[in-house]
Parts: sequence; structure tokens; C-alpha cells
Amino acid sequence: MIIAVSSTDGKFNTEFSPRFGRCNFFIIMDTDSGEWESKPNPAADARGGAGPQAVQFLSDAGVKASITGRYGPNAFTTLKTAGIRAYIADAGTPEELLDRFKAGTLEEVNAATGREMH
Amino acid sequence: MKIAIASGKGGTGKTTIATAFAQALSKERKSVSLLDCDVEGPNSHIFIQPELDQFEDVNMLIPSVDAEACTGCGKCAEVCQFHAIVVIGGQTLVFPEMCHGCGSCTLICPEKAITEIPNRLGILEGGLSQEGIRFGHGILDIGEPMAVPVISKLKKWRDLMDAEVVLIDSPPGASCPVVESLRGADYIILVTEPTPFGLHDLRQAYKVTQELEIPAGVIINRAGIGDTGVEQYCEEMGLQILMQIPLEREIGHGIAQGKSLLDIKPEYENRFLQLHLQITEALSIVDRS
Repeated sequence: MIIAVSSTDGKFNTEFSPRFGRCNFFIIMDTDSGEWESKPNPAADARGGAGPQAVQFLSDAGVKASITGRYGPNAFTTLKTAGIRAYIADAGTPEELLDRFKAGTLEEVNAATGREMH
Repeated sequence: MKIAIASGKGGTGKTTIATAFAQALSKERKSVSLLDCDVEGPNSHIFIQPELDQFEDVNMLIPSVDAEACTGCGKCAEVCQFHAIVVIGGQTLVFPEMCHGCGSCTLICPEKAITEIPNRLGILEGGLSQEGIRFGHGILDIGEPMAVPVISKLKKWRDLMDAEVVLIDSPPGASCPVVESLRGADYIILVTEPTPFGLHDLRQAYKVTQELEIPAGVIINRAGIGDTGVEQYCEEMGLQILMQIPLEREIGHGIAQGKSLLDIKPEYENRFLQLHLQITEALSIVDRS
């Protein structure tokens, strides 16, 4: 399964980014093989609508689950439409969050957790 | 003659000046209209107390997608410059608060699956004041981010623009709503206070007037406080200082009670009539040059 973690510097073993739509990078990971790659988030500097654009990017990359700090309402609606499951975490590196995802200890959310951002 | 009252900084006294100016001119039996374009926080009506009896909604057309007819081709999402429409997992999502109402998605849809439905942004209210000022203002609905369409509709509303003197009370700042308010004005009065904060924002507001190529002059409100930076700047730029209103407890006190400047200081009527002459003169010089 392909999952994505929001990241500030695009590294596997440094603290993740709690921002979703405007994070600098997504770490895209394969939970089966453990392979990962870092991709710049094309929505990071969007004038508006960063959340839905980031989801569009993840959806095109085949991502099925997303891990970040919080989701705004537009990002969340788009994730649900895309069939991507939404998880949140307070802290951790992509490496740790991958382990916690595999262990089933990450919190899955079923509603937007953050306010709308501009 | 269309005169806009603007400022970079908020709270400099735009509304105080716009309303006093309107009252002074109407007492001189001129036909005057006052448009309060500060649609995020209009308050000119508090000073001139018009009888608001005209109302009109401001709507923007936004896309509505027929899910049956939509094939999820994504052409609408591609054409949208504001990412207000997203196609994902074969479904088309619309985010109304990002839509600018351009209609491109509707035009490009090969399946004709998109129709346009009105989305209310705010309301216009208008009426006459006791002195006969034709008044109108726009009020942006809570949660709506787009002020420009409300301002633009206000500026075409009814007979507001047909008065002999049209006064436009602009929102503060130097962004789109300000540009929309100032566009088409013959002259812009920049209201500032003589402080480093006033000067900083005056520079920005002045740049907007230059960009729009509209002649401008300055009114210094709360004169006597702060420093001489604003006066020096006006001299350097060749900006005419049209009026100085000193910081006086009596004025502050009266305005805090909702009284207009002319109610507090009736002797200002002549100063505002003088202001009108100064602007007329400044414009005739522009015309001749």
C-alpha cells in the first residue's frame, strides 16, 4: 500500500511537517517493500486551494493513506472523494510514522481536524 | 466629479472626512452621492443616517455539476485558474469560496454537464439622507472572501454615479478592493496621520494612485501628533496637502458618540467647500497640462 507523510525537508528521518496542503514535500512510501521517495509538493505555493491540489497530486501518485498534523475542510472532502484514508499524528519522522501506521497505532480521522487555511 | 477618499492605514479618518464632505456639499445644494465601498466594515451610514429603503443581493454565478452527465474528463479543473473545481476519483468537486465566477468551466465542458447557479456574496443597501445625500453601501456576507464583485456592483447601482459630486469612501489598504473602489475616480484624497505608521501606508496608497494615473492630494488628520515625516514626503513627491485636521479632544469625543465632524464642528463646512474648490482647481490644471 502506498502512503504519504507531509514533510518540511523531504527527509526520511527528520521531523515530519504537521501542515498538509502547503508542506514542502511528501514522503511517498510503500508499506510492503519499505521503499520511499521524496516528492516536492506542487501545491506548496498555491495562491488558493492548496489542500485539494495536494490531494490531487497524492491521488495521481497512487497514494491510499495520508499522514499529517491536521486537515482543513477542503482537503478532507477531496481526500474522501479520492478514497484516500486520513491519519493524523502530533510528532514523528516519516520512518517512525510508517512503523506506527503498520502497527495500526495512528489515529484515523473521519472529519476535518483543522480550520480552513488561506 | 468623482472623488475617492482612500488611505493605506486603517482608522485614519476616511469615513469622517467622506461623510463631512458629503454633508457640506449637500448643504450647498449640490447633488451629492456617497458610496461606502468598505464592504467588509461599512460605517458611513452611522454618521449620515440615510433612510435605507433600497436593497439588492449581490450574487456570483458558480458552477453546479450534473454528476450523471459528467464523464470526469477534468477539462474544467484544468481551465480553472483558481482551483475551485477538482476532478478526483472520477468525481468533480466544486469549492465555491475559491470560484471567481469567470464561467470558463461551463464553457469548456464537452458534455454540457455544468450549469451556473447564483451564490450570494453580499447585499447592497441604499437610500437618501435627511440632507438629501444619495447613499449606498455594500455589505459582504460573513465567510465570503470576495469583496470586489460587491464593490463593482455598488459602483453601477441605480443612480449613485449620476450625482454632480460622487464621493467614494474606500476600504483601507492597497489591494484589489481598494483598486476596484478607486477605479474611475477623477481625484483621490489620501487621508493619513502624521506618524511613521501613517507615512508608511501613505507611500503604498500613493503608489496605487500613481499606478491608476489618478491625481491625488493629502489630508492630514490628527495633525500635531507624531512627526514631520508625512509633510516632508508630500513636499518631496509634490503632493498637495489639502487640509489638516488637528487632534482635538472635542472631535474625538463627538465621533466616539457617532456624531459627524460637521455636527461637532459646524465651522468645518466652509473648509470642505474650500476643499471642493481646491480639487476642482487641481483638476483643471491637470486638464490644461
